[in-house]
Amino acid sequence: MTETVSAVTVSNLIKQFGRFAALRGVTAEFSGGKLYAILGDNGAGKTTLLRTLAGLSQPSGGGVSILGASKFRDISVQVGYMAHPSLLYDEMSGMENLEYFARLYGISGNITGKARCADVIRTVGLDPDLVRPVGQYSQGMRQRMSLARALLNDPKILLLDEPFSNVDVHSAIEMVRLLARSRDQGKTIFVVTHQASLLEGAADEFVWMEFGKIVGRTRELKREQIREQTAEQQK
Amino acid sequence: MIAPTGITRVTLLKDLRLEWRSKDAINSMLFFSLLVVVVFSFSFDPTAEESRQIAGGLIWVAFLFAAVVALNQTWAREIRNQVLDAYRISPAPANSLFMAKTLGNFIFVSVLEALMTPLFIMFYRLRSLGPAWQLLLIAVLGTWALVVNGTFFAAMSLRTRSREIMLPLLLFPISIPALLAMVQATADILNGEGARFWIVLLATYDLVFTTVCLLLFETVLNAE
Repeated sequence: MTETVSAVTVSNLIKQFGRFAALRGVTAEFSGGKLYAILGDNGAGKTTLLRTLAGLSQPSGGGVSILGASKFRDISVQVGYMAHPSLLYDEMSGMENLEYFARLYGISGNITGKARCADVIRTVGLDPDLVRPVGQYSQGMRQRMSLARALLNDPKILLLDEPFSNVDVHSAIEMVRLLARSRDQGKTIFVVTHQASLLEGAADEFVWMEFGKIVGRTRELKREQIREQTAEQQK
Repeated sequence: MIAPTGITRVTLLKDLRLEWRSKDAINSMLFFSLLVVVVFSFSFDPTAEESRQIAGGLIWVAFLFAAVVALNQTWAREIRNQVLDAYRISPAPANSLFMAKTLGNFIFVSVLEALMTPLFIMFYRLRSLGPAWQLLLIAVLGTWALVVNGTFFAAMSLRTRSREIMLPLLLFPISIPALLAMVQATADILNGEGARFWIVLLATYDLVFTTVCLLLFETVLNAE
């Protein structure tokens, strides 16, 4: 059974980079235990929204509340973030990378830490005994290891930016299944993607962004319908 | 949760491991310092007395320039693949990262000094007339002065477009009091005098700037 209380609340969120407004007053509530696909063209503000939720970008106006906390530091241990770059050290193996990050989250002790790292690496379909440095991984393997890093602290909120880019179709489908399973376990997941069709049937809601605003939220993937709605709203 | 010192330790070990594998910083520093020693020794032919006068300045300026290479490298590997963001979203304290980076740079520059000092002594036929053990103290305090500010300003210039130029621009002016103390202390010791005043000055400088850097680092780390 999934929770229905609001896990993330965004109120009148504004983010400006100099004169450019990347987010122009985003207001939304997102329930816990659901998988949200955030869609939109390049420059719509999807990544900025995700980075703001992850506490990496400070809002120019408005606010964000995650799990009831308005300060990201208070709930940082509950959030997992996967960016477009891998957020991994190229010179270290996947296991070495994860062991380091595990220590930052207090997942310590040789047995506990190693077991947890090996577990998440297996979860994303990679081999924990692979000694090759991450720099020699294929792009798809790097993406999956990056997802493993985001899952490492068993977060309640998972923020994923383009997790399927450069991943082959089979692996992408596996990743979607994993995300759906995580959602079923109660995690709230936000996925920014240009490959929306992959999440059809798995996502609970499709959130459409344009020009720094949320312009629509649908339970099914109906892009054209949303476009028409937006055009009407702008008339 | 593990203690901040534990995070400093694992981050330092991670940095040492990365440097051991890539040798980015140490190779560049060694090459640069070696060039300075060789070029200057061919350019001048100082007497033993002249060597004692100029050696302090030569050694510390060479180490300062070489240290800049290491300082840039330290953060460069954190912005490759935006790994720094992974640290920023974790509950780990900002100052643990700063201390790990500073200690890492201190080790790299100390290794460089340990390797280059015998060459300096050989090329410039140096012999200390004063208490040589004080040179060791000057080296420790002086190196810390360089790396603590250097690590801080390297982090500050991390997101600027021309950070290789920004770092010396920010670091060199603020390092002048420390550099002056290091050069004067080295010259005084080599010429047979004590350097108590300079040692106290360096220790005070280290204390003040370490405290200021620790107080401000979190703001620098989270700046956009």
